[in-house]
Amino acid sequence: MSNYSKQKFLSPAELGGFIVLAILLFVVLPLSVDDFRLNLIGKYLSYSFVAMGLVLCWGYGGILSLGQGVFFGIGGYCMAMFLKLEASSVENTAIQSTPGIPDFMDWNQLTELPWFWEPFNSLGLSLIAVILVPGLFAFLIGLAMFKRRVGGVYFAIITQAVAAILTILIVGSQGMTGGINGITDLRTLLGWDIRTDEAKVILYFVCVTFVFICLFLCQFVLRSKLGRLLVAVRDTEERVRFSGYNVDNFKIFIFTFAAMLSAIGGALFTLQVGFMSPSFVGIVPSIEMVIFCAVGGRLSLLGAVYGALAVNFAKTTLSEAIPELWLFALGGMFIAVVSIFPNGLMGLYNTYISAPVNRFYHAAVRFINKDKPVETLSEPLSEPESESTLGAK
Amino acid sequence: MSNKDFVLSVEGLTVSFDGFKAVDDLSFYVEEGEIRVIIGPNGAGKTTVLDLICGRTKSTEGSIKFRGKDLSKMTEHEIVHAGVGRKFQNPSVYEDLTVFENFELSFPRGRSVFGALGFQRDAEVLKAIEETAEMVFLQEHLGMQADLLSHGQKQWLEIGMLLIQQPSLLMLDEPVAGMSVAERKKTAELLLKITKDRSVIVIEHDMNFVADIADRVTVLHQGKVLSEGSMDHVQKDPKVIEVYLGH
Amino acid sequence: MFDGYTGSELMAIFAMQGFAGLILFSVLVLMALGLAIIFGQMGVINMAHGEFMILGAYVTYLTSLFFETYLPGLSSIYFFVAIVLAFIAAASLGAFVEWALIRRLYKRPLDTLLATWGLSLILQQTYRSVFGAREKGVSLPDWMMGSIPVTDMVEIPINGIIVMVLTLLITLSVYFIMQRSQWGAKVRAVVQNRPMAAAVGINTSIVDRMTFALGCGIAGIAGSAFTMIGSTGPTSGQLYIVDTFMVVVFGGAANLMGTIASAFTISQAQTILEFFMSGSIAKVLTLGMIVVILMLRPQGLFTLKIRR
Ligand SMILES: Nc1ncnc2c1ncn2[C@@H]1O[C@H](COP(=O)(O)OP(=O)(O)O)[C@@H](O)[C@H]1O
Ligand SMILES: [Mg+2]
Repeated sequence: MSNYSKQKFLSPAELGGFIVLAILLFVVLPLSVDDFRLNLIGKYLSYSFVAMGLVLCWGYGGILSLGQGVFFGIGGYCMAMFLKLEASSVENTAIQSTPGIPDFMDWNQLTELPWFWEPFNSLGLSLIAVILVPGLFAFLIGLAMFKRRVGGVYFAIITQAVAAILTILIVGSQGMTGGINGITDLRTLLGWDIRTDEAKVILYFVCVTFVFICLFLCQFVLRSKLGRLLVAVRDTEERVRFSGYNVDNFKIFIFTFAAMLSAIGGALFTLQVGFMSPSFVGIVPSIEMVIFCAVGGRLSLLGAVYGALAVNFAKTTLSEAIPELWLFALGGMFIAVVSIFPNGLMGLYNTYISAPVNRFYHAAVRFINKDKPVETLSEPLSEPESESTLGAK
Repeated sequence: MSNKDFVLSVEGLTVSFDGFKAVDDLSFYVEEGEIRVIIGPNGAGKTTVLDLICGRTKSTEGSIKFRGKDLSKMTEHEIVHAGVGRKFQNPSVYEDLTVFENFELSFPRGRSVFGALGFQRDAEVLKAIEETAEMVFLQEHLGMQADLLSHGQKQWLEIGMLLIQQPSLLMLDEPVAGMSVAERKKTAELLLKITKDRSVIVIEHDMNFVADIADRVTVLHQGKVLSEGSMDHVQKDPKVIEVYLGH
Repeated sequence: MFDGYTGSELMAIFAMQGFAGLILFSVLVLMALGLAIIFGQMGVINMAHGEFMILGAYVTYLTSLFFETYLPGLSSIYFFVAIVLAFIAAASLGAFVEWALIRRLYKRPLDTLLATWGLSLILQQTYRSVFGAREKGVSLPDWMMGSIPVTDMVEIPINGIIVMVLTLLITLSVYFIMQRSQWGAKVRAVVQNRPMAAAVGINTSIVDRMTFALGCGIAGIAGSAFTMIGSTGPTSGQLYIVDTFMVVVFGGAANLMGTIASAFTISQAQTILEFFMSGSIAKVLTLGMIVVILMLRPQGLFTLKIRR
């Protein structure tokens, strides 16, 4: 059978990339930085889930969502609600006028847990909610928009409006959501104190594990026919319809999938940072999440992880040192990723490191095998970077 | 007239864009196995008729019956599933994908979201792709990215993408436009081969080409049928001569 | 929500709030006009449009300072000078931005959206670094502060009338430039069919730059008007971009009368509703409207069907 029909889950280059990332996250970073920094890195990594979702949805599918903070936030809130209820046991809140409900409810003269908080007494239901609530929300938005053929810039603006609306609603209903401060003072998970240093290290490893699970899930989606269909929809949507596909369903699916990924990130964020607030939901944080993806490279899953790490690291460092510089840098990044390096860090890596190395490698192989027949060479020569051609456009 | 003898019966079809009637109370019938050619001056509404049949444009009035189903109430992909395939006037292929992948996406299986996720390139798929590629002269180019093909090859690729769907009604909008003489000849052969077991609607300007393949010809002018019948009949019709040679 | 007001009191409230809305109306019309011109030209919302408006507001502020310090005798007319300067400043910045950034992004609407967002961040931070984070207020000359009484409960502010007359003048001239002048014909040609326009010898890149600059310049004038109803801070523009966008969406980008009608409806609805409702509910309603309209009629409510 000839070359063109082969389907590999990971090309050798991609496999190498996964291994390097695994060594970095599982071994190098835990050994080389202190617990505080490791927790910080864990926090950055929870944004990489959003970026992965955007790689699928925006990079491949061409659907730009400027409201991913909504799903990150809902996922984070679902987790936070469970932790808050556990922290608000009757003993812990004995001084309140209504013991047993979260403190901010008591401050706002609520005397009873609102109905939608009830399921969050159970960890199982809460974990299901982390995925399902944002998923369902995204599904409904997708259904309403894509079935009506709303797309492109209009869709981007609508997601932005949704982010703004949700923020205003959360801030406005202080008694039920904790308002602008969010849900704070989270303590234990089934009795296990998540605030200790050891707990934070363990949570870091949990987070990294989820990063890899999700990377593999995304890789599976991209390698399936659905991945190729996404590219096709991005470039020639009409042709896909006339190949007999219900394009709207594919868009709804990938948007929902990206939302669920973001939600997982949000839940892991809450666990590692110990609170959740509307400041991760609105227009500004949502559009910042797009830059994580764009800086990493909108067509690269691994780039999503590196992008989230790099941008957040830059943000922390810059805002500590010279706060004014951060907005300039952020604005500059938006401009740079659309006009100068549209394929982000991974694009730069492919052009300036991977490609020359490959050329050198093949030249070396050719040199060594000079006198052997040509057929043995044709195989490795046609191998590298099938994916990067997608980014050429 | 009973609908049963016809694959496609279009009746009273009208579409207006801001009051401009691009297709105006149009009726025509296509028989099983027939090759129907639609000709007419530029702007006559030929492309719009195909748009209406395949669901790209919604009609203002009238009905389009295909094997008893009313296409005017169906969405694009449902119309494809019903067995209607459409080639666009400008070649429309997936430029970022290889020729092989272009065929693969057109293969009629795994068209739902989860079907696409679980889709496997099994022997059946490979066989269909290789057969189709050979038929449209692209067997040597399966691994090539589609935007590297020549204009004529892209036309063939698009025809191949339709063939692999096994449509029972094939609609081709100017399939030989922009082709070299040699490519034209090959395409004519190809069309005669692929039109054997299905009904076909072709839009074409090249009269020699039309004379070669047409069973019946419909002449469209300003959104209306000007004349209909055999090539000979149409060519002698004074109204047609007036439109083509007049003023 | 209308409980506790008598009929005539309600009438007076509506009228007063309505006149108070005159300036808001003018700001929105001008902003929307600029945004719509740019939208028509590049197919994308200019996310930095609010910052161009704020540039105009800062220029107005600086002009008023200059007159106060150096030409106190002429300070009663500073506003008219400020308008011209605001237009020139915003239009020049617009032309520069188009040259440096936007022209590389035509046909990539999503990227344009992100790039203009980045631009807005940079401009905001620039304002903060130059003018400080505190909001700057402008004091109006006395003769503009007064109002004309109509009944014993209702009076019309003079500055409102001036701004509105100005807005109408600008709107009309834009209309004539676009519909009647040769340059307007070129713009419309480029918008409708870029390659064709280029083929018949129109210098599309100049037309693009001028159009973008014009849109930004009008936003600068809106900024001048804005100084009468609010004080200017680095992020004040952000608040207005949503409402402006709403106006454009509601009115349809290609339709001047639609824009004016929708700016009127929205400014009136907002000022009147704000009297009875909390600002945040009004915002949620506004945003909800945007979502629904975009979903139902992406091309805007008043727009005619355009061929694809
Ligand atoms: N979506 C549309 N909106 C407005 N007018 C259209 C649209 N599609 C086609 N038309 C008009 O309908 C007429 C017929 O076009 P078409 O079917 O493409 O002609 P042809 O016979 O050359 O294929 C033309 O005048 C064209 O301008
Ligand atoms: Mg045509």
